[in-house]
Amino acid sequence: MSEPIKFHFDVDGDNFSSAGEASVQVKRMLRQIGIPADVIRRVSVAMYEGEINMVIHADGGNADVVVEPGKIVIILADRGPGIADIELAMTEGYSTAPENVRSLGFGAGMGLPNMKRYTDDMKIESVVGQGTTVTMTVLF
Amino acid sequence: MSNFKHSVFLLEDKCKGCTNCVKRCPTEAIRIQNGHSVIDEERCIDCGECIRLCPYKAKKALYDKLDKYKDYKYKIALPAPALYGQFDHLEDVDYVISGLYECGFDYVFEVAKAAEIVSEYTRNYLKRPDIEKPVISSACPVIARLISKRFPYLCDNLLPMIPPIELAAKLAKKEAMEKHPELKEEDICALFISPCPAKVSYVRNPIGVEKSSVDGVLSISEIYFLLVNSMKNIVNPEHSAQTGLVGVSWASSGGEAKALFNDRYLSADGIENCIKVLDEVENGNFSSLEFIELNACNGGCVGGALTVENPYIAKARLQTLRRYLPVTQNHVPKNDDPTFVPTEHMWEKELEYSPVMQLDADMGEAMKKMADIQAIYEMFPHLDCGACGAPTCRAFAEDIVKHNGNANDCIFIMREKIRELYKEKENDSKSVD
Repeated sequence: MSEPIKFHFDVDGDNFSSAGEASVQVKRMLRQIGIPADVIRRVSVAMYEGEINMVIHADGGNADVVVEPGKIVIILADRGPGIADIELAMTEGYSTAPENVRSLGFGAGMGLPNMKRYTDDMKIESVVGQGTTVTMTVLF
Repeated sequence: MSNFKHSVFLLEDKCKGCTNCVKRCPTEAIRIQNGHSVIDEERCIDCGECIRLCPYKAKKALYDKLDKYKDYKYKIALPAPALYGQFDHLEDVDYVISGLYECGFDYVFEVAKAAEIVSEYTRNYLKRPDIEKPVISSACPVIARLISKRFPYLCDNLLPMIPPIELAAKLAKKEAMEKHPELKEEDICALFISPCPAKVSYVRNPIGVEKSSVDGVLSISEIYFLLVNSMKNIVNPEHSAQTGLVGVSWASSGGEAKALFNDRYLSADGIENCIKVLDEVENGNFSSLEFIELNACNGGCVGGALTVENPYIAKARLQTLRRYLPVTQNHVPKNDDPTFVPTEHMWEKELEYSPVMQLDADMGEAMKKMADIQAIYEMFPHLDCGACGAPTCRAFAEDIVKHNGNANDCIFIMREKIRELYKEKENDSKSVD
């Protein structure tokens, strides 16, 4: 059995135009490993949405991806405002994104629901005022 | 893929081994080895960036010379619409067509005419309910090749229709045979007058068809000088142009997309921009789009490495040229099925994903190699200076794991080693004292 491989990325909160870059790099490395195309797509969409969330709501954070045979785990951790009502946040169409990012087409309230849809498991741990950690697992 | 024939070659004595091409190659296909640039044929997509960038003009495009075809009984010219943008004060496409006849061609078939037909059928194709959207244009062979190597998930989004160049050759040859029944197939050659080396590569390694109907690819830059001379003597050219503004507009970025009369499109040009767009599309962005037109060259085909004029000047000229043209001069026969596209216009075979970036066919092995790459990468300074001959520290780590590099070629690692040696020596001499 191969050892798990870990990738780490700093997600820059100051720079909205670079949001989504970590997911592009992950995509590239998963391709090199030979992960099936549909799995790569699920990982990169889920990670992309998560990255955008961290930039919009939490001033960036850390993204870690662990690749094991048959399983990819994405851990997105931030020190943002936290989510008070996770169930509400998971509702399609619910969003607290500010107007300036909505004008760019983000903030439609589909980020978290999409992340859940594209992964086999998603866990949100959040403390208001301290931050949020989202752990997503994609099996293949 | 090993017998893939590329269209870029190196003049070894001119190459200084600088890293301009290495660092800007969009597929990281180039390395400096033994003092000069070497292209990984598996990764190259024939975009021509290295030809444009090389400050020493050491990279050249391979194309066919007109001379090679002098023994054919019947020579067909297939001018790309980008050709029309190369001339100053060109009032009418008829001058170019007459000029081509003067140059010795027996027949001229405008690729812009075929482009108008492709546009009509693309409109039909987009109405099909069962297709992957957004549909991505497959007319730029660089983009199609790029997708087949880097964007496996988007292979099904490519427009599976033969591009204007291919259709033009097919139709022109058919017309020639009908007009001249005395001709045999081997008497006729169809020669594309190309703005870019990627089309040279396309004809040798066609996409979607087994064998291209195009027999040779000439460069606009070579034909331009012949044409300028022959066009001088033309006063009242015969009216022979058969394209409208749709066909002419295909020459620059956005032309193909606009011809779909559908505002849910995106068009991008320049290979770096195209890659960014594809990354976003793969992430599911722009899901409301119907069509994406991507051109590897800045400005579209007018920006090809085999043109003579600046792409933006050429584009401006085309705007003047098409001012009084009808929208289109080519209509396909009416069909009861609004989604109808004739089978002979569709690809004969699908484009297959070729995972050239994959580290190993076995996933376990690939994971081991990836772990090694990560470890080696950590040793490097992450400056991406290129002095080792690879474009980035990461690419260099990959090369080492693939046994194509030695960590000592990193000047920073080498410097550390020299420092250590120096220290050891100093200590040795001290202990002797």
